[in-house]
Amino acid sequence: MSGNPVWIDVLPAEKVIPVLKDKVVLHAGPPISWERMCGPLKGAIAGAIVFEKWAPDLATATEMAAGGGVTFHPNHHFGAVGPMTGITTRSMPVMVVENRTFKNRSFCTLNEGLGKVMRFGGNDQEVLNRLAWMRDVLGPDLGSAVRAAGGIELKGFIGRGLSMGDEMHQRNVACTSLILRAIAPWLARTAKDTNRLAEVLASIGANDQFFLNVAMAMGKAIMDPVKGIEGSSVVTAMCRNGTDFGIRVSATGDQWFVAPVEMPEGLYFAGYGPADANPDMGDSAIVETIGVGGFAMAASPAVAGFVGAGSASSALAFTRTMSQIVVGENPQWTIPALDFAGVPTGIDIRLVADTGIAPVINTGIAHKEAGVGQVGAGVVRAPLDCFIHAARALSNKLGVQ
Amino acid sequence: MSSVRKESAETGSVSRRSVGLLDSPVEVVNVGLEGFYQELKLAGVPVVHVSWSPPANGDPKMADILSKLGA
Repeated sequence: MSGNPVWIDVLPAEKVIPVLKDKVVLHAGPPISWERMCGPLKGAIAGAIVFEKWAPDLATATEMAAGGGVTFHPNHHFGAVGPMTGITTRSMPVMVVENRTFKNRSFCTLNEGLGKVMRFGGNDQEVLNRLAWMRDVLGPDLGSAVRAAGGIELKGFIGRGLSMGDEMHQRNVACTSLILRAIAPWLARTAKDTNRLAEVLASIGANDQFFLNVAMAMGKAIMDPVKGIEGSSVVTAMCRNGTDFGIRVSATGDQWFVAPVEMPEGLYFAGYGPADANPDMGDSAIVETIGVGGFAMAASPAVAGFVGAGSASSALAFTRTMSQIVVGENPQWTIPALDFAGVPTGIDIRLVADTGIAPVINTGIAHKEAGVGQVGAGVVRAPLDCFIHAARALSNKLGVQ
Repeated sequence: MSSVRKESAETGSVSRRSVGLLDSPVEVVNVGLEGFYQELKLAGVPVVHVSWSPPANGDPKMADILSKLGA
């Protein structure tokens, strides 16, 4: 809670994550081999390989990935996070967020918008063209603006967004608008020409989820300093790769506790249904570890409808229930509908394992086949087995049997 | 009801309190399985639900570990 995350730059990923200078693909979730990856993750990897010009087409790229021509690592191993498939490769622009209290930095790619996008497994020319524009225009221009601004402090946006109906996972309308207001003057001051400036402003303004990736980088910057506290049972990361769900716990450092991912329950876009859905995916659950997303559902009755979680009263119940599995409330981020109670913060594995209450996560739903994209949005639970495995490991580490 | 009355007469003051328990309209606090709550609610019975499950999902070894970890 004492962290002070500041968005300080946007840079090509290889500039801040040196391992990306090689043919390396970072992905969401805990470690996984190509053979066990789900369809959209494989599709996004193939698209990223073509995007980086390591292969001329998707078929060749898929052969390359299957044959060991690229190396896979989780984003989390390099201070990074990415939504859904979470693909990060060397030329993709990443936001750099510095936690000025603890001096650590985190990274997250820029949000591509909704529909057919790489984070949902999209990989056609439209997807790659958008990524190229983000690499050549959006990333560099945002970087110039953020640097000119001397950095943008982020915590205040969350407090205001909660009072305006955002929960910062599936609803970021307010925070996107607020950060656009903050950065627009700096974009104008550093603009190379007005048409290009208009493209950048229109892109952010048309993407209600632009702030999601900002919130994720902020969440990572807040939670990384929580790692390695002796005896602490607080969850420092929750993430999914479409096959496995993984958590990390403070006292056990970088160790992963893994269980099969659950299937989200939610609402589907016209023409799609549960049979089309891929299991849960993405590093975006980092926002739930800092008390927003599903944990702050009470702030966002609109999102409860969007993700099929029910009525406004159901949204209140989600947040109240999550308050039973955390170490406390964050007084800096409050929810008007709960008499300004702070968001439930700091998931405690002991409380999850003891009560059987699994953390709730608001999420997008990807099509299970590569190349299609997003088909809906919903709610999913973290698997209890992750927390039970972690509790056993913690007891072994502490010599408590 | 007759068996309740008979048993309560034989086993002391606590059981005697159940005499007449169902003679007036029932108000229920349901603990645990939500299905009972839903059925009573559908039947129009005044009922509140308390969400509860055994500690550590009924696993005594895990419950012991969690207790020692301070849960």
